[in-house]
Amino acid sequence: MSHVITPPAPSPGGSEKALRLGRRSVLRHFLTRPEVGSLVGAVIVFTVFFTIAEPFRSAGAFTNILYASSTIGIMAVGVALLMIGGEFDLSAGVAVISSGLAASMFAWYFSLNVWVGVLFALAVSLAIGFLNGWILVRTKLPSFLVTLSMFLMLQGLNIGITKLVIGTVSTRNISSMDGFDQARAVFASSFTIAGVEVRVTVLWWMVFAGLATWVLMRTKVGNWIYAVGGDQESARAVGVPVARVKIGLFMTVGFMAWFSGMHLLFMFNTVQSAEGVGNELLYIMAAVVGGCLLTGGYGTVIGAAIGAFIYGMTRQGIVLAGWDNNWVFFFVGAMLLLAVVVNGWVRTQANKR
Amino acid sequence: MTDTTSTSTGNTTPRTAPLLELRGIGKTFGNIRALNGINLRVDAGEVTCILGDNGAGKSTLIKIIAGLYGPTSGEYLVDGEPVDFSSPRQALDRGIATVYQDLAMVPLMPVWRNFFLGSELRRGVGPFRMLDVARMRRIADEELRKMGIDLPDIDAPVGNLSGGQRQVVAIARAVYFGARVLILDEPTAALGVKQSGVVLKYVSAAREAGLGVIFITHNPHHAYMVGDHFVVIKLGETELDQPRSELTLDDLTHHMAGGAELDALQHELERAKDPQVDPLHDAAGEGPDVQGL
Ligand SMILES: Nc1ncnc2c1ncn2[C@@H]1O[C@H](COP(=O)(O)OP(=O)(O)O)[C@@H](O)[C@H]1O
Ligand SMILES: [Mg+2]
Repeated sequence: MSHVITPPAPSPGGSEKALRLGRRSVLRHFLTRPEVGSLVGAVIVFTVFFTIAEPFRSAGAFTNILYASSTIGIMAVGVALLMIGGEFDLSAGVAVISSGLAASMFAWYFSLNVWVGVLFALAVSLAIGFLNGWILVRTKLPSFLVTLSMFLMLQGLNIGITKLVIGTVSTRNISSMDGFDQARAVFASSFTIAGVEVRVTVLWWMVFAGLATWVLMRTKVGNWIYAVGGDQESARAVGVPVARVKIGLFMTVGFMAWFSGMHLLFMFNTVQSAEGVGNELLYIMAAVVGGCLLTGGYGTVIGAAIGAFIYGMTRQGIVLAGWDNNWVFFFVGAMLLLAVVVNGWVRTQANKR
Repeated sequence: MTDTTSTSTGNTTPRTAPLLELRGIGKTFGNIRALNGINLRVDAGEVTCILGDNGAGKSTLIKIIAGLYGPTSGEYLVDGEPVDFSSPRQALDRGIATVYQDLAMVPLMPVWRNFFLGSELRRGVGPFRMLDVARMRRIADEELRKMGIDLPDIDAPVGNLSGGQRQVVAIARAVYFGARVLILDEPTAALGVKQSGVVLKYVSAAREAGLGVIFITHNPHHAYMVGDHFVVIKLGETELDQPRSELTLDDLTHHMAGGAELDALQHELERAKDPQVDPLHDAAGEGPDVQGL
């Protein structure tokens, strides 16, 4: 199509040279990666705990860290994609519980195979995501308000419906129901590699993070996600279906919430309806530590995975070092602050020429 | 609006249908009437220049043509058939590409990704269809070179480019995707003399290639250098609509400078030798001493 237009002879050289950008070195190029800050952070945190906490050095401890990381990390995959797309989801923490409750109670109440409950929960989770996205694009309200409302409503529904259906605030044990063992194998089993036990969520986490990275970097949709997060109006003007991308991203978070909810359910057999509050901020923390910009259009899923890994190391490391568990949040908070400052600094340095 | 359209296009066909045609287009934003009763016709191999003051409604008009807004009233026809674009994607699919005044680029994204945004090239099949990164980078690089800018790093975020470079990237993109109609909204505003020259050469090259070009500018000299047809818009309405043959550069400049209003003003100034003009600000004795700052 372009060939029809024969360009006028461009004049190379001369003042055009002034338009040239300075050439960036390979190292510089590496340093402009969004996840560099978190990678350095991960090495430091690892080194610190490795030095001070003897039990931290075992292979078993490492797989525990990976498991703790994966529980946050799976959600962080969806949350990071959404954040790159310019939005965030405060309802993600309780949506995990909603999903677990939906599967458990649906299967229990109607005495069905648990897989029916699992599929029902998938529909519920995708619907919650769709609703978040649809309300957002229809009302043009900021996602903070839309998902805060959703968070509060789900929190109320989680407890209210559980009390109505079960009579207490937690669901019944469903471990003896049909299909439970298979479902547990998919969502909450573990396997052994080189003599150490690894939870299956670790594997799923890697699969989701890898898939999301491929989509983000190598597909049309990935291009669109960066574009709607970076400049929504520009994206619309060149034909990107902005509303569909945003709704799709909220539904991706919904999918991850479904998966995490299924893990909780088949790991512990019951679900506590009041749980989940506050976790949404941990997912956001992982994405931001990993270099995602809160304002959108910048970041990677790999970074968010590293962010979740830092969280996992801190969480397990403090326990293994024999400290009081309550210090975890202090360190996670301090890490977040440090990461934001360092990431910002790296970005400006990298863009300087 | 009237039934004459079907008879004139159906039976007699006096001329071939224009590439684009607007009939009585109006657009309101709430209470603001941005456009009213605009008629415009763009033929292949012709440059239509749209001129007018800031806020006249030029950008609104081209956003309607580009499919970004729907008109509030009137008819929009492509190849003689009425269209109702709900997204710029549909306009692009018909070969209508636009350089928006604000350029429509995503600052954090690399040059080549911006170049192909919304029209990505892909390879592979089924669920594994993915971006053809190598080809997109190569084409973006080639097209930019053709326009006389040579970015050593096609991966640099657009936000790192100068205003002029960004403008050229946006133009190169539209030239590449605009198979039939090329719309440029004040493309020379951020450019120096030399780059402006390149843009004007492109406009005329596009015309030679048989495209319809809509060229919006503030600068009557630029317009007169390449234009075949001139439309001046004022407060959302057509003030002048003439082919090149019926217009001189002086006429055009005159119209642009306010035309009739200037004449009236001149009369007024000549009449009142010592005009009583209110001071612009009531600077004396009010608030802090701003002048001292
Ligand atoms: N999205 C919008 N919402 C409300 N008013 C708008 C919008 N876009 C343009 N306008 C108004 O329409 C008028 C024409 O604007 P515009 O088309 O940008 O003018 P021009 O490009 O000729 O400078 C202005 O008064 C402007 O304020
Ligand atoms: Mg304008």
